[in-house]
Amino acid sequence: MRDGALALLTGLIRGAGHRMNDALQTLGFAARFFMMILVYSGQSFRRLHLTIREVYFSGFQSLLIILVSGLFIGMVLGMQGYETLQRYGSSEALGVLVALSLTRELGPVVSALLFASRAGSSITAEIGLMKATEQLTAMDMMAVNPIARVVAPRFWGGVISMPLLAALFSAVGVFGGYLVGVVLIGVDEGAFWSQMQGSVDFHLDVWNGIVKSFVFGAAVSLIAVFEGYDAVPTAEGVSSSIKRTVVYSALAILALDLVLTSFMFRGI
Amino acid sequence: MNRKLLDLWVGFFVAIGFAAVLFLALRVGNVSSANFAETYRLTAKFDNIGGLKVRGPVKSAGVVVGRVAEISFDAQTYEAVVTMTIDGRYHFPRDTFASILTAGLLGEQYIGLDAGGDEKMLNPGDVVAKTQSAVVLEKLISQFMFSKASETADSK
Repeated sequence: MRDGALALLTGLIRGAGHRMNDALQTLGFAARFFMMILVYSGQSFRRLHLTIREVYFSGFQSLLIILVSGLFIGMVLGMQGYETLQRYGSSEALGVLVALSLTRELGPVVSALLFASRAGSSITAEIGLMKATEQLTAMDMMAVNPIARVVAPRFWGGVISMPLLAALFSAVGVFGGYLVGVVLIGVDEGAFWSQMQGSVDFHLDVWNGIVKSFVFGAAVSLIAVFEGYDAVPTAEGVSSSIKRTVVYSALAILALDLVLTSFMFRGI
Repeated sequence: MNRKLLDLWVGFFVAIGFAAVLFLALRVGNVSSANFAETYRLTAKFDNIGGLKVRGPVKSAGVVVGRVAEISFDAQTYEAVVTMTIDGRYHFPRDTFASILTAGLLGEQYIGLDAGGDEKMLNPGDVVAKTQSAVVLEKLISQFMFSKASETADSK
């Protein structure tokens, strides 16, 4: 009885240590992989059309979902914000509420979450399948570096696309808030825009939102290409890699958002 | 896919992305009036600044002429020291009156500058001598209550 309990305990500790070891090893490989991407970026930028192609696939093709979601979120913010603000007789501040919540938080975060599930997962699937069908190995055999040829363009394509998508999300969201607030409900148009312009600061709000989305873009792209490259080369392995991309990206976005927000908006 | 067509769509994507940034900067954030080209600093001491915040507006006759740059506490006189950056195009007389006002009933607080009649102007770094503190709503209400109470006591 006692021996059984002891064996169970040691088994548990051993399992935890093993998992910890694996996690650390993966983290170390991810850091080395990130450095390799940076090192081979110069080589891949010499064939710039590869990166442009990835901007097309992950940026341009995400436009529709980003624009439509941004419009809806802006409209919902307009309705909910009006509902709350009019209780305090300050429905003119609707523009401020919509613009600040979009540029500071919702724009970067929601568009990064959408980007992770729309573009990140497809990058992982593509690279994972390339690995499963041994295309990456074949490239290596032909003296083509797969990181410079396949991974780095996808990484930079995501990094370039993300800030643009987030800015579009915020802009369309503000327009959605305008549609609901001013056109539909009838908040005064002059007050809507002028109070917004009075309270939204370019550096503090808009620029920090762009910095945030840039960081999110780098994090999501890195996770996506790494999970694809690190995938177990089977159908099951690729599917679990895609799952990990979405889960880890979402967690990384929200955790980074907390860190960045506490840096940017401390005590002001 | 044809490389030219691809470039076209990517160019379109980047162009509308930058247009969105420009929209956020100019229409939403109003970058033009937020940064004055040349500024100078004035300080003013207040007994109580209420809810005044750094980056709050400084207005004269309702026009934004500057921003609150810094708020600190003077341990000698127990007063709040507010440093303002004022647009370099505007100069105010020596006897300008600085007061802390509220936009609307519960809106944000700002500093209002009422120009006086002095011939001499305030130089950069000068201290605005005449100030009026923020109105604290609780004090106002209690004053009102006391005066009402004394009125009813007198009439009896």
